[in-house]
Amino acid sequence: MDLSVVILIEVLYAIASLALISAGLAVVFGMMKVINLAHGEFMVLGGYATITAVGLGVNIFIAMLIIAPIVVGLFGLVVERLVFRHLYGRMIDTMLASWGLSLMMIGGFKMIFGNTTTGVAGPIPGFSVGNYQVNGYNLFVIVVSVLLLVAMVAVLRGTRFGLVARGTMQRSDMAAAMGHSPDRVYMTTFALGSALAGLAGGVMAPLVGLVPTAGAAFIAKAFITVIAGGPVLVAGLASAAGTFGLVNQVFSFLVSPVVGDVALLVAAVVLLRLIPRGITSRFFRGRI
Amino acid sequence: MTLNRRRFLATSAAATGALALPTMALGQSGPIRMGSVLDVSGIFSAYGEPMDMAQRLAVAEINADGGLLGREVEIVGFDTQSDMALYTQFAQRLVRQERVDVVQGGILSASREAIRQTLRRAETLYFYNVQYEGGVCDRNVFINGVTPAQQAEVLVPWAMSQSGPRVYILAADYNYGQITARWLQKYVGDNGGETVGVDFFPLDVADFGSTIARIQTVSPDLVIAPLVGGAHLSFFRQWAASGMNERIPLASTTMGVGNEHRVLTPEEGNGIMVAYNYAQELDTPANNAFKEAWAAAYGDTSLIHEIAVSHYMGVKLWAEGVRQAGTTERMPVIEALEDNLSIEGPSGVMTIDPQTHHATLDVHLMRFENQEMALVESLSQRPPVDTQAVCDLIANPDENTQFEIEI
Amino acid sequence: MAMTTGRSAARDTGVVVILGALLVLGLPLVADTNMLTLLVIYGMLALSLGLIWGFGGILCFGQAAFFGLGAYTFAIAGINIGESTLPLVLSVLVPAAVAALLGAFMFYGRLGDVYLAVITLVFSLILFRWLNTTAGPAYVIGNARLGGFNGIPGFPLLNVPGYPRWELWGDPLYYVAAVALLVVFLLVSWLLRSSFGRIAIGIRENEERVSLLGYDIRARKTVLFAIGAGIAGLAGALFAAWAEVVTPSLFSLQQSAEIIIWCIVGGLGTRFGPVLGAAVVTSVKITLGGQAMLDNMLVLGLILVLFVLFLPRGIAPELARLWAWAIGGNRKPVRRRAPRGGVADG
Repeated sequence: MDLSVVILIEVLYAIASLALISAGLAVVFGMMKVINLAHGEFMVLGGYATITAVGLGVNIFIAMLIIAPIVVGLFGLVVERLVFRHLYGRMIDTMLASWGLSLMMIGGFKMIFGNTTTGVAGPIPGFSVGNYQVNGYNLFVIVVSVLLLVAMVAVLRGTRFGLVARGTMQRSDMAAAMGHSPDRVYMTTFALGSALAGLAGGVMAPLVGLVPTAGAAFIAKAFITVIAGGPVLVAGLASAAGTFGLVNQVFSFLVSPVVGDVALLVAAVVLLRLIPRGITSRFFRGRI
Repeated sequence: MTLNRRRFLATSAAATGALALPTMALGQSGPIRMGSVLDVSGIFSAYGEPMDMAQRLAVAEINADGGLLGREVEIVGFDTQSDMALYTQFAQRLVRQERVDVVQGGILSASREAIRQTLRRAETLYFYNVQYEGGVCDRNVFINGVTPAQQAEVLVPWAMSQSGPRVYILAADYNYGQITARWLQKYVGDNGGETVGVDFFPLDVADFGSTIARIQTVSPDLVIAPLVGGAHLSFFRQWAASGMNERIPLASTTMGVGNEHRVLTPEEGNGIMVAYNYAQELDTPANNAFKEAWAAAYGDTSLIHEIAVSHYMGVKLWAEGVRQAGTTERMPVIEALEDNLSIEGPSGVMTIDPQTHHATLDVHLMRFENQEMALVESLSQRPPVDTQAVCDLIANPDENTQFEIEI
Repeated sequence: MAMTTGRSAARDTGVVVILGALLVLGLPLVADTNMLTLLVIYGMLALSLGLIWGFGGILCFGQAAFFGLGAYTFAIAGINIGESTLPLVLSVLVPAAVAALLGAFMFYGRLGDVYLAVITLVFSLILFRWLNTTAGPAYVIGNARLGGFNGIPGFPLLNVPGYPRWELWGDPLYYVAAVALLVVFLLVSWLLRSSFGRIAIGIRENEERVSLLGYDIRARKTVLFAIGAGIAGLAGALFAAWAEVVTPSLFSLQQSAEIIIWCIVGGLGTRFGPVLGAAVVTSVKITLGGQAMLDNMLVLGLILVLFVLFLPRGIAPELARLWAWAIGGNRKPVRRRAPRGGVADG
């Protein structure tokens, strides 16, 4: 009984962390058709922002929930103006440019933060479920992730910005005719997507040792989750993260974490072969 | 290099064997060239950077004493960037183009195995100065790192006496971890214990949540973790974050080698049990002098770690071998070293064992306390009995293999 | 590089052979052959992706998988057989066969651009991950331990066929690799001139139209994909012979990324572009590797970003225009649109 609770928490955590690391990419890809391969490095930047802020004496929750998203959001804004703005509609080119950006960022991290492992200790103590100890931080990640998905639905559905953004993504010419500058909407969306990546990076920082190349571990998983999720943003994110998180954890627990990762990848291949346009091209159509 | 290339062109494929001969004909008057391959950047830089500093310090000291045989020593160093593929490239370059007199370096066992054959083929003496899984039997190689019989044989019973007989092993998934895990299982069994689980992790695994849950399902008394590199450091964080550090004691054969105990917080690190040949906390005149020399050269001494010191010792061992031999030529230097050559340094006395080309050395049992290693017990002059049991280079000088323990 | 027939085909072949021979013999005078060997091998690898992406419109994110498969096949077969001739053949056939299966799986599923990219990426990641876990003694093929993270050292190097002890390394290996690249280049040229090649380009330009003309697009794409993988496999075998070790990093995302960068920098839709791109980018990387001032990933990344922004068609087309301008005077330079997969409608 205790064990099944522990496993349930681990599975939920896996799902939540997948959704969290994929959210920023999903916004940028799902809404703008920009494949941001520097997403992993955006996360790492968020991690470094968190660690640096904590080092300067900032409360860790403020550092990862507020400072990291702001820093990375601003960074995303600059990058969008300098690079991506010129490449809208050229999907493969955005992918290549962002790849270049990711290499540059790794190089930059190495020069600034050094090529070594850094990290911060988790701020939440472990707790016990019967005879088992559980990492308390896992619960925190689950909570953050759920709140994030709820917030995304609320913004897209309930705010004017959400409406305009969705409109612009579907018919930018019509939105422009109604007086909404697509340029500005794209810019804001990209900055928001970046901020989400920063948030994810900040929240993941206490769990993993941060190295300049840590982004590579996130990008493949995030990319696969977003593509497999398909065209519907939040539902796609949740359903793909749910599927892969479950597969990953079950195999991790039964065999080993590596087999868990391989199982996730195999599941992705099979899923894409069966539903080439992602889960939400068949289910949850027309939602957000 | 033009000259070499013309010679290559002129002699073509048939003569490749001849080209691999050592290089001493090229003039005895220039500096002695010591090749080095180390991961100064990349995920293993925490190991490699201090090793690089240590070898520069060693060579500077040798040169300040008038060099070797009246010649200056020069380092021809390459940064292998934590990429195993670069090791063979740079090793080839060291022997074929740079024509060095000796190669020092390699950190992971993977890197050693990647270049060992290349160096043997090119008849260039090789020093590997890192603690490892034991068993390498090759007359072209000298190894001064601790092996399982020197380290795990004492660590395991001590750690078990502090906890209990049921042991879970978490090891890095490459030759070091695989073979060390088998040694650990042997020593656990020898001491009346039971290995209740063994898991292997590739070097990039950083999420240990499911593993920590799995470990709890069998509730061992002790976890021994020969984990390696930056990603694996997450295990110790997540272990502490789930409160397990209060429940099940940890021991490790690798933790702290890269000064990881200074990266972890005291809460995360306290109590972890280790056994090494060196720690900064050793209070000996030789170690204090070494730390002063390091401080004079680089300022901050906090980077010094065990394998930096054994790399320093490796350079000094080779230098002493050259002095005794009176030449840098390979065979005379090997023979000089095989004459039970012994030096004293920051990690105590180190003596070459002619039968295995490994070293007899001191081992200290220690425990992490507030980001330092607290000395529990010192065991002096332990021979590499694991490798001695399988390898006899005196009887079989042409041996070229790495023996693995069978269980 | 317009596709030509008859006399101009013969002229094209002549030009390639003469220029190629000059380069093969001339380059060792200005650069070190050890590095040139690597450039040649990478050139061949780039050509493999240039063929399927630039001419077939198949964006493979995991071309490194076939490179790695070739290298591992060479090493494993070499250890078991004891010489390198048959392993060299196998290192072409095995990746090609695997690619045929994977290609059939994807193309018969009618996957779009991005999805194809994801599947090839995932495929190479699976191999990468799996090989990293094969350090244990249980993972053996014949006499060859897979070795996990360590990879496989100590396999037989390339030897003269029939003379296993006559190993080729150093300068001879360079000439073998360079001639192999030249031969592959000529074969690719011939393939592109054939009807198969022209239809492949047709598919890239307008899949639907070609399909309506009655051609089986799925089979053709699968075959082209397999040919590209075979070339990548050959490059992998040569790389193994050069590096004297094979490791799972051959399958890494980084390796796949670099191949794509080479094609972009050199110029897609040209035969020479990718080869040139591989040589230029790798030289820059090696040169930067020797200095500590600027991190080399920073510079590589910057190069890629600048190319995408300012020179999206790569170096080769610009060089061709320059060439045409220089010799032709008033001849109008041909502008070709670089093919880059379309926009996903997901």
